[in-house]
Order: sequence, then structure tokens, then C-alpha cells
Amino acid sequence: MTTAVTRLTIVESKLFLRDTTSVVMGVAFPAVLLLLLGFAIPGFREATDDLDGLRPIDIYVPIVLAMAICTTSVSVLPTYLATYRERGVLRRLATTPVGPVRLLGAQLLVNGAGTLVAVALAVAVGTAAFGVDLPRQVPGFLIALVLGTAAMFAVGLLIAAVAPRAKTATGIGMLVYFPMLFFAGVWTPGPVMPDGLRRASDLTPLGAASQAMQDAWSGAFPSALHLAVMAGYLLLAGALAARFFRWE
Amino acid sequence: MPVIEISNLRKRYGETVAVADVSFTVDSGEIFGILGPNGAGKTTTVELLSGLRRRDGGTVRVLGKDPDRDGAELRELVGVQLQESELPERIRVSEALELYSTFYREPADWRELLDVLGLSGRRNARFGTLSGGQRQRLSIALALVGDPQVAVLDELTTGLDPAARRDTWALIESVRNRGVTVVLVTHFMDEAERLCDRVAVIDAGRTVAVDTPAALVAKVQAEHGLDRATLEDAYLALTGHEIGV
Repeated sequence: MTTAVTRLTIVESKLFLRDTTSVVMGVAFPAVLLLLLGFAIPGFREATDDLDGLRPIDIYVPIVLAMAICTTSVSVLPTYLATYRERGVLRRLATTPVGPVRLLGAQLLVNGAGTLVAVALAVAVGTAAFGVDLPRQVPGFLIALVLGTAAMFAVGLLIAAVAPRAKTATGIGMLVYFPMLFFAGVWTPGPVMPDGLRRASDLTPLGAASQAMQDAWSGAFPSALHLAVMAGYLLLAGALAARFFRWE
Repeated sequence: MPVIEISNLRKRYGETVAVADVSFTVDSGEIFGILGPNGAGKTTTVELLSGLRRRDGGTVRVLGKDPDRDGAELRELVGVQLQESELPERIRVSEALELYSTFYREPADWRELLDVLGLSGRRNARFGTLSGGQRQRLSIALALVGDPQVAVLDELTTGLDPAARRDTWALIESVRNRGVTVVLVTHFMDEAERLCDRVAVIDAGRTVAVDTPAALVAKVQAEHGLDRATLEDAYLALTGHEIGV
């Protein structure tokens, strides 16, 4: 069974890599966006008092990481799983000794790895191209990254669970994707985010993840509120997904 | 020796009774057909005997085991090709077979299956680029890659062109010649007449006849005073239709 799980993960990784859209949007885009922001937008590499002496590019690194999490979790993952269900891939697996649960596991693993590569690429670009410092609170950053990813993957699983067809899963994914990015601060980053919006953002999984990573970057451990919100989504969306997921 | 014994099988989904009372046995080495109109309960019956769903009543024994209780063990011994079970678009033929062979304790040689099923030339092709007939052959290969004792094949030739259907028939016979007992769900009478040693006719969730195609034909000839009846005539008579002359 170990060989089967290993083979399944290898094959799912190959399928992920053959899917140009997931590779470009899920893995490469966050780093590319950072390059575009830094080089194409005037003033992005200059410190400003509005940002407490930081440069916009410094503020944008954690936001771009949140975007990396968001793309794999609510765009790539639910579409894959709903397609597998719609095409009967899960049903076929149910007739074999391996069963469909392990395919779900392999998908989570592959998308999780894709997210981590996207994050590593974006951090590398930030450091190499713009001299952005690494997070000062490393354990806090890793906790925020992993918990935020897990919470968003739970949301992605819930979308896959409730969407009857692959197209619906993609549609719901998009409906969730843009508001999530909004709350993560893609359009109103860091200190520029109005207070009311920030309070709403605190309560969304990606907003909490984005702010927790931002805090860790500047040296503070993520707040209890953000950690609780991420853990809450992980448990609640995870439980609902497990409750409603259908293999066919 | 019976490989499959089903008696008084029942299954309902909410208010809908999918299977009301189905009984039949399948002997070792047979090609056994399950015939019936759409919605008669054929697919539910094979899902119940494959352990994909739990029955509401009756008994099922496959290779002496109960699919509801010994499902894990049976999945090693029974290869299943269900309707509308596809593969990921971008998986290659050889990848799929190699992957599925790792699912079983004692798999068949997947490279040999590739040859036997005439897929060697397309081993590196992606699933999405295969023709309907090639997809069906790959599907059969996947059902056989665990070296099963029983193969359950559901509506295998639906949507295939005549040449691909004939190829698939030859294939099913060669599968049986390997010593595999075959359960074939179909609504093509020519297919059943040509391939099946015996058939069960299911209508509205009940078995209305279990016999050899020849015996069913002889019976309808005698009852309706026909000279040259076909299995289709027998089937129509059994499922409550007038036989047009």
C-alpha cells in the first residue's frame, strides 16, 4: 500500500505539472506579480512615511504569499476534485483496494507542495530582486503560513464538497477567490487598510493569514485572534467538507 | 461451482426502489449477462455485488465472501469497469496501468495487458487523446490489472462503432479464456446472444428470467408460436412488451 500511495502522489504531481494553468497561476504568478509590482510601478521601491518607513514592496511580500495560498486552495484544488468526481475517477478508485480517500490525500499533498514552492519563489524574488528582509519572527511566520494554508485548503475542500459539477466548483472558487484577495489586502495593503475593513478582514481565513504573516515579518508573533480565526475555519470548513463530500 | 450467489437482493434510494427482488447465481468461468431496460436496476445490482453500495436486504456472496463485510478483500479479487468512469485527461496510458497495478497485492503484468488489449502503440498517449474504443480497452485493462477472478463490465460497448464493438467482444472472450468469470451488463441483445453463456433479465428491479439465450428464445417461440424468434423477442416478451411481427 505504501508503493500505491507513493505512485499515486508521483502521478498526481506529474498531472499537476502538465497542467500549465495551475503551474503558471498557482506556482509562478505570485513571484511574477512581485517582479511586476517592484519594477513597473513607480515608487514601489522607495520607503514612505505612510508605511512607517517601509517600502510598498516590503508590505506586498506577505500579501503575495496569501495570494499563492488562495490560488491553489480555492481555484486549483476544488476544480481538480470536482472534475475527478464528475469524470468518475473517484468512483473507479472506489472499486480498487486503494479507494478514493488516498487520491484526496495525494491532491492535498501536491497542492500543498505547489503552494510552498510558490511561497519560496516569491520570498526568493523579494529577497534577491528587492532586498526584502526575511521574516523576523520565523516560527510565527511558519505557523501563520501552515495554519493559513490548512484553513484555506479546508475552504477549498468544502467548495469541492458542495459543488455538484466541476464548472460549479470553478465558479464558486472564483466567487470566493476575489473577496479573499480583497480581505488579504491585495488592493488596500497593510497600514493603508481602513479600520472597518481590517476588522472584517480579521475574521476571514486569508485576511487573518495575511495579517499574521505581516506581523511575523515585522517581528511580532501572530495575534491570538488571527490564529483562532484560521484554526476555526480549518475545523469548521474541514468538518463540513467531510460531512458533505460525495464520491460520485 | 457458483462464484456469485445473489438471492432476494433489495436496495432503495429514499422512496425509490432500485432493486426489489433480484436472484441469480454465476458459475465459475461463465460469461454471464445482465439484461434489462434503462432504470431496471442493473447497475445498482452490480454496484451491490462489487461492494460499492450496501444492500438493504437479501444475501450476496461473491467468491464465498459478503461484499458488505469483506469489501476490502473482494476488491483484490474482483475487477470492475463501471459506466462513466474515466481517467484524468492528462494521464498517459502506461502511467495509468502501472499506477493501478500498484494497488493490488498480486497484479497481472501490465505491459502484457497493454499488448493483449492492443494498446502498445498508444502507451505514451494521454487519456484525453484516446478514441472511444481505446478508452474502453484501457478501462478493461484497468479492470484486469489486479489479476481478478471475477470481472464486472458495465455497458462496455455503449457508444462504440461496430468494428470497435466486435473487437471488444473478442476481448471479452479472451478474458474468459484466461479463466476469469465475466459479468456483463448490457442492453444490446446481439451482444448477449453472441457472448453470454447465460443471462438474467431484470425488469423493474426484479429478475424475470435466468437462462441460456437459446432456452429463452425457444421458450418465446413455443409460447408465441413463432418460427424464428431472437433473443430480442424473448427479452421484449419478458419485459412486458408486445412482440411486433
